[in-house]
Parts: sequence; structure tokens; C-alpha cells
Amino acid sequence: MNSWRVLKEAVESLASNKLRTALTMLGIVIGVAAVLSMTAIGEGASSSITSSIESMGTNLIYISRTYSDNNSNPQALTLADAEALVESGGAPSVLAVAPSVNTSRTVVYGDNSTSTTIIGVTPDFATVRNKTVSTGRFISEADIDANSTVAVLGSDVVDDLFGASVGVIGQKIRIGNMLYEVVGILEASGGTAIGSSDDQIIVPITTAFSRLVARSNANDEVNMISVSAVDSESIDSAVSEISSILRSRHSISSDEDDDFSILSQETMTDAASSITGVLTIFLGGIAAISLLVGGIGIMNIMLVSVIERTKEIGLRKAVGARNNDILMQFMTESLIIGLIGGLIGVVLAYGLAGLIKNIAAASSYSLNPEITFGSILMAVGFSVAVGLVFGIYPASRAAKLEPVEALRTE
Amino acid sequence: MKKNVVEVKDLVKTYQMGDIQVNALRGLSMSVKEGEVIAIMGPSGSGKSTLMNTLGCLDRPTSGTYILNGENVQSMEDDQLADVRNRQVGFIFQSYNLLSRTTAVANVMLPLRYKRNNGHGDPKKIAEELLTRVGLEDRMNHKPFEMSGGQQQRVAIARALVNNPAIILADEPTGNLDSKSGKEIMDLLLGLNEERGVTLIIVTHDPKIAALTERTVRILDGRVENE
Ligand SMILES: Nc1ncnc2c1ncn2[C@@H]1O[C@H](COP(=O)(O)OP(=O)(O)O)[C@@H](O)[C@H]1O
Ligand SMILES: [Mg+2]
Repeated sequence: MNSWRVLKEAVESLASNKLRTALTMLGIVIGVAAVLSMTAIGEGASSSITSSIESMGTNLIYISRTYSDNNSNPQALTLADAEALVESGGAPSVLAVAPSVNTSRTVVYGDNSTSTTIIGVTPDFATVRNKTVSTGRFISEADIDANSTVAVLGSDVVDDLFGASVGVIGQKIRIGNMLYEVVGILEASGGTAIGSSDDQIIVPITTAFSRLVARSNANDEVNMISVSAVDSESIDSAVSEISSILRSRHSISSDEDDDFSILSQETMTDAASSITGVLTIFLGGIAAISLLVGGIGIMNIMLVSVIERTKEIGLRKAVGARNNDILMQFMTESLIIGLIGGLIGVVLAYGLAGLIKNIAAASSYSLNPEITFGSILMAVGFSVAVGLVFGIYPASRAAKLEPVEALRTE
Repeated sequence: MKKNVVEVKDLVKTYQMGDIQVNALRGLSMSVKEGEVIAIMGPSGSGKSTLMNTLGCLDRPTSGTYILNGENVQSMEDDQLADVRNRQVGFIFQSYNLLSRTTAVANVMLPLRYKRNNGHGDPKKIAEELLTRVGLEDRMNHKPFEMSGGQQQRVAIARALVNNPAIILADEPTGNLDSKSGKEIMDLLLGLNEERGVTLIIVTHDPKIAALTERTVRILDGRVENE
């Protein structure tokens, strides 16, 4: 039969009681908007975490010490281990290596002081860990060779000690009992989901060994070795190359566990996205309940509508409507409510996402809710399905009405 | 000799109301010839509406046979009955039964919407011609509440005619009208019978109206009393 006519009739019938139609739709609108904006927040959180992990360096691999019961003689990571990764030629997938030591100190300039992380590094740290200076320079080879007392400051440290960022280069700050000359300021990386890297001071690794870390550290133990692989495809091979070099250097027999752990950026982003994935499903699931409630609203109103229009149904049957024609008529109405409600919900979700973005920005978080085409399809598909499912019962009640009984009602 | 459009034999209709059985029709037999105009009279509760619903295929008899325009309808499925109502029957009700949200034209077009084999001209044009014929050329786009009772019944008559049915069943079509508009409606129906040869079966309480028809069938307690 003429489906255009069915559609037109359904629209006219819905339009004849605009307030009721609008209120029924509202349930669906809110449900779809909630589902979409909640999943968008989840997606946005996921990509903000991923991008902050990626901003820590490209094709990055972290090596740090671990302890295992199944290792008779665990050893720390040392400067020599780091050098072995570049010099032995046994790791062609490794592009650059940056060992580092960390400690925590109170730093003083004039009347100002702040407690912060001090990292001792080599010049390669800048490339491996994606650090750039906004003014001045980074730690140089010459600084390493000369054990220079120079420092590169994170932007938060500059704020704490100097208040302003002009005229900072060349000033002397005190760390422990020594004065360090400020030679550079790091580019601010902004607040990220996993803590700020702007609150740190970088010094030459040799200076850190001789002046800042504990005297017992005779073997040049480092806390971490950061490695960048040649490209993203060679991350896995770099991991296995590093593993075999370190196992042989640490004399680990084949039946013993590693005394180090290798963490690639990929595993970090994977872990993060599995967490945010759960978050997204959880938020979306809660929102989906409101969509179901909207569906019950459709069923409720359609049942009322069937009762109100009993006589109309009887008349339509008297002039030749089959049960299926009546079924289609009512199903079309609830489908339209689901579809249009869903589409309005999409528009509302865009508004909500923008609002949430602004609220996050106002509290200096970078969260960019992402409404994807896939999630729009899913939400609208879901709302249409809700219209269908909750429309079936009222529509089949209408279709099954006995024409004589229906005509007799007032 | 004209053929029978309606042939019912031994119609029985029993309603079950809890423990009691109500016998609305008790073995009613009658036939109507093509083009005839028949009045059905009888006291309230005698089974007139039940008969009309059965003749219009809206309801099935408990037993008995019914042949409508050559088709044996009592063995049909619901969907087939709906199609028979659509093709063969035009209903006119006491309370008009127009769709209140739609215009006169749309109301007249309604049966065409459920027609299975489409394509006998433009539905809107057919509806407009019929409305013009029943004297409503200036009310085409009025909604029911903008029209008098007599005008609404004219729309219903146009709607009953739109599919060129074999029979028109009118259950007290003038019952809600004053005698002047009632007379006008009867004149219109009789005129249409003359013009188109459509068979008319009219239930009425009014002897003056019954006097306008060719034949009167009296019903008492679910049976034909005399002819
Ligand atoms: N749906 C029904 N259920 C029970 N009894 C009914 C029903 N419809 C009609 N009846 C009964 O059948 C009898 C005939 O009714 P009806 O055909 O409407 O009479 P009329 O139209 O001549 O006044 C009445 O006694 C009425 O109460
Ligand atoms: Mg009656």
C-alpha cells in the first residue's frame, strides 16, 4: 500500500496533538542526548589520555627495574646498560637511549622556594622524551662532561620561583647547597590526565650523580632508561632486542625472570583505553536506561491513543482496513516519535558536549567530547528500535479490535 | 429478472453475556435484489443493527449462510472480509462517524486508501466529484465540526459511494437529524439509487421514511415478521 500516505497520516495524527507528541518525544530526546553525550565524554577522556601519553615521546619505550622471586641475583639498571643499548650494535631497532635519575629536593631562589622533582639526564632525553625549550637551551654534551651546575626548569617551577618568565635565564637557583645557573625553560605541556610534567627541573646526569643522588650509588644506577624505537613498526623488535641485551648483561639464565620491565607506549595506551572503554560503557549504559524509560512513555501514550481512537479504528475497519493496515498506522506513529526524538536528541547532545567542553576548559582540563558518526547511528538506531518495540503492543491491540465493538464505543 | 445481491438464510447470532445467551438473530432469512431500496423496521432490540453488521461483513453470524453479490462470505478470513467491505459495502451510520481531524475530501477518500488494486483515477478528483454530487462543492476542505449534521451525513454518503459498492447499508441515517434534513438525506439516497442503481438497505423508525422505499422488511425478535 501507499507508504507515503501512511507516513503522511501518521504525521498528521501526531501533529493533531502537538503537546502530547512533544512530551512523549521528550523522553526519547533526553535518552538519546544522555547516551550520546555520555559516550562522547568517555571517548573524549580516552583520546585526551591517549594524546597525553603520546605527547611524552614518539615510539617510546620505558625500561625500569623490577624484582622477582624467580631471579637469584637481581641487578639495578646502570648507565652502562643504557650505553650498551646503543653501542653494542645488537639493537638496530633502537634509535636513541636516554637514561635518567630522579630525586626530590627543595629549590630556592631569593625568598621563594618550592619542592620539586629533579631529573638528571643526557642530551638525548630531549628527543626521546619529546622535550623542547621555550627559551634558552637544553642540557648539552659539554654540561655532561664538565659536571656543570646548570638547570633547565619546567614552566611551573619558573612560576613558583620567579613569578614571571622573563629574565630567568642566567639567574642562579639553589638546590641542596649548590647554586645552579638556569640555562633554559621547558615548553609548557599543559595539564594532562596523568599529571603535569611542567613541575620538574632537569640537570646533567653526571651532576646528579655527583651532587644530588645518594653517595652509595657507586655503580651509576639509573631509575629509568627511556628508549625511542626507529619507527612505530619496530617497537616490538626493539623490545625484544633490549630484553636480550639486558638479560645477557645481567647474567639472567633462561629459566629466570627479568629483573627489569619494559613498557611500551602502546601497552600504556592500551591499558588506558581499556579503562576508558569500561567507563564509556558504564556511562552509556546508565544513559540507556533513560532511553528505555522514554520507550515506556511511548507505550503509555500510544495505549491511551488507541483507546481514544477506538471508534476511528472501527470506522477504518468498516471501510476496508485490514488488521495489518491498523498495525502499520500505529507502528508508524511510534516509529516517527522514536526517529524524530532521536534526531532532536543528537542535536541536544552536541549542545551538551559543547557545554561540557567549556566547563572542563574553565577548570583547565582539556576534555573534548567526541560524538562520532558511529555513535549517532547507534543512538538513533536504538531510539527507533525503542519506538518499534514499545509501539508493537499498543499497535497490535489496535489491530485486534473487533470492528463492531470498536464502532459502538463513544 | 434481476439477480439477488443479498441472500441470507437461517441467520443466527447469539451473544454470550456471562451465563445468559442473547439471541439477537434467530433464523433470519431474506434476499435483496440488485438496485432495490429496502426499509428495515422493527422495535428496539429486535436485531436490526445486528443484521446490518452481518450484511456489512463487520460481524460473523453464529450460523446461517450469506451470499453477497455472488461471493460466499461466511467462509472468509478477516483480511478477505476487510476487502469485501472495501469493495462491496458502503456504510452510513446514525452518528456519521467521520474522522474529526480531517477534511470532507479526506474523509471521502478514506476507503480508497485501503483499496487493494489501485489505479482507477485520481482519488482526490473522485472524492471531489462525489462531494459536488451530494451538494457540498463549497465545503470540500471543511472539517466535520465546521458542518451541520445534514452536511456531515452527506459527506458520509459520498464516502459510502466512493468505491462503487454493491450495497449501501444505512443504520438509522436520519436518526440524528431534524425532519427537514432527514427528508433531504432520503431524497439524496433515493436519487443516487435512481442514477447509479446502487442497492439501498435502510434501517428506520420513521414510517414516513419507510414509505419512500419500494419494500419494507419488518423484524421482530430476530426474525422477519412479514413482507
Ligand atoms: N455485543 C453485544 N453483546 C451482547 N448483546 C448484544 C450485543 N449487541 C447486541 N446485543 C443484543 O442483541 C439484541 C439485538 O440488538 P440490536 O441488533 O442492536 O437491535 P436493534 O438495532 O434492532 O435495536 C439486543 O437484545 C441487544 O441487547
Ligand atoms: Mg440499532
